Amino acid sequence: MTRRLSVFNVTSLVLGFAFLYLPILLLVIYSFNASRLVTVWGGFSTQWYGALFRNQALMEAAWVTLRIALLSASIATVLGTLAALALTRYGRFTGRTLFTGMIYAPMVMPEVITGLSLLLFFVAIDLDRGFWTVTLAHTTLTMCFVTVVVQSRLMTFDRSLEEAAMDLGAPPLRTFFAVTLPLIAPSIVAGFLLAFTLSLDDLVIASFNTGPGATTLPIRIYSQVRLGLSPEINAASTILIGLVTLGVISATLLSKRSVLRSQRNAH
Amino acid sequence: MRRTFAPWADPQAKPLIRVDNVTKRFGDAVAVDHLTLDIFEGEFFCLLGPSGCGKTTLMRMLAGFEYPTEGVITLAGQSLEGVPPYRRPVNMMFQSYALFPHMSVEKNIAFGLKQDGLPKPEIADRVGEMLRLVQLEKLAKRYPSQLSGGQRQRVALARALAKRPKVLLLDEPLGALDKKLREETQFELMDIQHELGMTFVVVTHDQEEAMTMADRIAVMDHGRIVQVADPGEIYEQPKTRFIAEFVGDVNILEGHVMGQENGLWRVKTASAETPLTIDDPDEVLHSGQAVAIAVRPEKMTIQREKPGPEAVNVLTGEVWDIGYLGDWTVYRIKLATGEILRVSRANVSRFVESPIDWDEQVYVTFEPGAAVILAE
Repeated sequence: MTRRLSVFNVTSLVLGFAFLYLPILLLVIYSFNASRLVTVWGGFSTQWYGALFRNQALMEAAWVTLRIALLSASIATVLGTLAALALTRYGRFTGRTLFTGMIYAPMVMPEVITGLSLLLFFVAIDLDRGFWTVTLAHTTLTMCFVTVVVQSRLMTFDRSLEEAAMDLGAPPLRTFFAVTLPLIAPSIVAGFLLAFTLSLDDLVIASFNTGPGATTLPIRIYSQVRLGLSPEINAASTILIGLVTLGVISATLLSKRSVLRSQRNAH
Repeated sequence: MRRTFAPWADPQAKPLIRVDNVTKRFGDAVAVDHLTLDIFEGEFFCLLGPSGCGKTTLMRMLAGFEYPTEGVITLAGQSLEGVPPYRRPVNMMFQSYALFPHMSVEKNIAFGLKQDGLPKPEIADRVGEMLRLVQLEKLAKRYPSQLSGGQRQRVALARALAKRPKVLLLDEPLGALDKKLREETQFELMDIQHELGMTFVVVTHDQEEAMTMADRIAVMDHGRIVQVADPGEIYEQPKTRFIAEFVGDVNILEGHVMGQENGLWRVKTASAETPLTIDDPDEVLHSGQAVAIAVRPEKMTIQREKPGPEAVNVLTGEVWDIGYLGDWTVYRIKLATGEILRVSRANVSRFVESPIDWDEQVYVTFEPGAAVILAE
């Protein structure tokens, strides 16, 4: 297809992207504002980034967020990969459709409901809310995304590779680590990055399940904004946006590459 | 000489692989049905049949990826019951080659040797030897995605041979290659098998491939073996109509037995005016029995002139189609009954004066010994 974009196409493309990204662009621009007033441009400055790093409360929140994201993404990656293996490998076991549906449910479930039900659950089992409850809640949320990414890779996985490994003398476990795992690794990493990113910017579920000493960055930002806008928050948000963008882009590239590789080897 | 190799004819010989009354069911479907088969050491054995005949299932049972529902497979006297694929002295070359994409050619070949825990220098030696065998020394460091189809096929072969298995299983080994390369590779496989003296079991649906390479062919249909014999016998003495039609081209004429005269069968057909005379003394038939007469296209002759009264087996028809293949010309002759015969003729001379043309009235004849009688 070498057809050129028509004026109509260009216009709708520009409008669409403007609609999506103009607010974010504005936020990024104002994070470099020299003026304390959020709505008035007072020249270029990086002072708010400096102030951000001196803001004890924000930095603490960032550290908590990072730890939660790393931990929950790691657990979600292991569980999600196992679920993907079970769903693709064990044929048509009874209740497979139900199981698949249940794994994907958190993706479409309103976050308020996921957050609330987790909160009720933690209260019911008498678990003190804090760092661990947020981590567990995020694991629940992000696991299904890992499953989706890994499963799509496993669908195109040539089972005869595993058979060949076993035929050549490798028992099942060694076959998994020598052949299966290296080949699906890019998709697992992609799933991890996705889970990490989702945990990083989650506000709703975290605020339902957080407790003393476990204030995440999005919660901190949200509560500060309610007291009044500060350019520091713009700076923090800009960094967060950068991280999330990086995560999503690498996840996409990794899973794309892994699928391409499997296709190329099929021929 | 290869010709004298025939352990299956020796009642004292012990088979290397014995498939004893094996049945494999998947749910209600029967893939392999009470199958019994002996394969001998050093044999190049072909399992031939249309897709879904159970040949792949049988091979997967030899490799250990499937287990028989009933019956036992023994290898060198040892039962393979419950033995997983990674403990069998059998290796397989997969149809898709199944090369590990994240390993170089070298690493692929070394994989099986590593599993055996061989010392490193020995692994290196063996890999080098295998690379030489398949002439891929220069590509040792390449990855499978950087190889051509033919090269991948060689790597797969080298990898499967590296452990010096008692039996090498090859699943449609040439299926993914183009015609020219396939022919070359056929002969290479035969050479390698001969050189190593290893037992090869090949699964294929390509009868030409089976005919070229195999010492013996087992023709399978619906989970059963229909005939096991050397290629010549399969082609010239097919046991059933299925085999006659599956292996090579054939003309089938249906008729009824009239009786035996001087050891030759007389068969009445609708296709010919006079009864046909067939020399197939081994068949046991009775008068009035419905039979099919199978004649290979190259065993029929075609001529414009009416044959003399001494000629047997004369059919009359007109030329319906002519296919010129270079080495052969194939004539399709339409009989009065509407049946179409295939007659092929070797193009022994470059120029033919007044060649037989479309729509011409012709006579097709064949010798009594050219045909096989198949009981219906």
